[in-house]
Amino acid sequence: MTTQESKKLWLSCGVGLIWFLIILWPLLGITPEGLEFGKTFKVFGYVAVGVVILMLFYQVQQAGKLNFVGTPLKATSVGIGKIYEITPRWILLGIVLALAIAFPLVTGRYAHDVSISVLIYICLGLGLNIVVGLAGLLDLGYIAFYGVGAYTYALMSLHFGLSFWLCLPIAGVTAAIAGCIIGYPTLRMRGDYLAIVTLGFGEIVRLILNNWMGLTNGPNGIMGILRPEIFGFQLNKLWMLYYVILGIAVFTILAVYRLNFSRIGRAWEAIREDETAAELMGVNTFLLKLLAYAMGATFAGFAGAFFAARMRFVGPESFSFLESAMVLAMVVLGGMGSIPGVILGVLALVALPEVFREFELYRMLVFGGVMTLMMLIRPAGIWPAKRVGRRSEEAD
Amino acid sequence: MANLILDDICVRFGGLQALTDVAFSVGEGEVVGLIGPNGAGKTTVFNVITGVYKASSGTASYDGNVITGLRPYQVLSMGIARTFQNIRLFQNMTALENCMVAQHSRSKSGVVGAILRSPGQMREEARIQEKSQKALEFMGLGDVTDEVASNLPYGHQRRLEIARALASEPQTILLDEPAAGLNPSESMDLMNSIARITELGINVLMVEHDMKVVMGVCSRIVVLDHGVMIAEGVPENIRKNPAVIEAYLGQ
Repeated sequence: MTTQESKKLWLSCGVGLIWFLIILWPLLGITPEGLEFGKTFKVFGYVAVGVVILMLFYQVQQAGKLNFVGTPLKATSVGIGKIYEITPRWILLGIVLALAIAFPLVTGRYAHDVSISVLIYICLGLGLNIVVGLAGLLDLGYIAFYGVGAYTYALMSLHFGLSFWLCLPIAGVTAAIAGCIIGYPTLRMRGDYLAIVTLGFGEIVRLILNNWMGLTNGPNGIMGILRPEIFGFQLNKLWMLYYVILGIAVFTILAVYRLNFSRIGRAWEAIREDETAAELMGVNTFLLKLLAYAMGATFAGFAGAFFAARMRFVGPESFSFLESAMVLAMVVLGGMGSIPGVILGVLALVALPEVFREFELYRMLVFGGVMTLMMLIRPAGIWPAKRVGRRSEEAD
Repeated sequence: MANLILDDICVRFGGLQALTDVAFSVGEGEVVGLIGPNGAGKTTVFNVITGVYKASSGTASYDGNVITGLRPYQVLSMGIARTFQNIRLFQNMTALENCMVAQHSRSKSGVVGAILRSPGQMREEARIQEKSQKALEFMGLGDVTDEVASNLPYGHQRRLEIARALASEPQTILLDEPAAGLNPSESMDLMNSIARITELGINVLMVEHDMKVVMGVCSRIVVLDHGVMIAEGVPENIRKNPAVIEAYLGQ
């Protein structure tokens, strides 16, 4: 590295540290007792020393002084990459699936609980991925379909005593119908306008759930929803429910994958790339956009029905705008249009905050910081989408 | 008889008369050139044929069926495909995928077929891929099938646009300035390609500014100026037509 490059690096590092100090001081220094500087500078000192050490380390590494560690490390990572390349996909997927099946056998209740919400969000994320990642329609009210699915099962179970397995497809269908109803008037809109309208619709659904006392019991929610049954045997342990949602999630992954690489998935992608050109190339954009909404909503409906069965309670506050935003963040963070990306995004946003519970108050701060960093470093997501066949960026 | 007939097409945008009584046809085995100075309404003609704009009056018909008022995807499924003046590929999709999209209207498997991967859907998918591959090879893009469209050099992107249109198995293809930005040798290739397209039994209507290309491949030429047809005829006559010379060079 030349001196000039290194100067530039240190300069941007210094600017970054000053920026950090400017946001840090108001957080730590302004207290009810007055202004305080000691604590700020202590924290800042730790961070600054840490950054300088990392920078020095980086410089030494750039100068090639650490090659005796770096070269073998790089060789191993390349080796692992090669093994990954040559192993057939189904073996890798089989290993992941086996781990997922074995997971509840070796972990406790808390882990089951977290993993169930991870799997629910995987269904939601993949459903939203159809709308946002494939068809390119920004949807800020997606959680409404989750709510529709959840209330469908809750009401069916409460009033008609229908079984979970019968209600699961029904919840999918009602959510798909809701998707068409919400999707229809928004079809002529693009970009920002579409986002605002879907945001409005999401809120409308939540407000209906909140205020339609006769049907939804309003803000009190619906209690006493039945658990899923298999041959008259109630699945009332968490680990049993884990397998139910694992099944739903695996179905969702498979379905979304296959849709992605079908003529319908290609048509969605074409709409995302250039809607007018897609229409002129024979894609009925009207129908396919509606289909994208309906399919996305269907998977949210499945997840919703399971959510109702798992909590045995549904209330309108579970379906707030924040949830929509979180699911959207998972899709964007993971990599729009990429199935492994969305799964990793869900893990990052659901499982990591649980891991970071020790940080307590700073949890959301760390969370926000990590998201900002991710978007700066990898704007295409953790695992960006790939297409059929070899792509040129993989070649070099 | 694949025949595209425009009958007294008028298009108005507010107070602007973009096209006035444009009437011509593209018959079997023909390569028709549509020329005229900038802003003459050439691309508007394409947009009316393909259903992007509605004609204020007049009709376009194809194979005896009226196509004005149809949605663009319906026009394509009738057998009219087009390319764009400023390249409009699906940038983040591979060359092959771009062509596969064009097969959308020639295939019909739905969501359930896709999720279950039924034998019918698999066969259809294989057929789509094969036809798209053929279209790419026809345009000399056989070795870049898996390249992302935005990474292709400009000349390749122009060819991919034509390949994509061909992949929809059209009977008539509308080329909007296919030679724009091509160097002389690429233009020569393009002329060869157009000749080969007509050999497939596909009729061509093209807008082009490059007179060498127009005079070289067109069997008939239509000249527009300010939305009005000022001449129609074989290339030799158009070249000598005083109205055309005036439109291009001014008085």
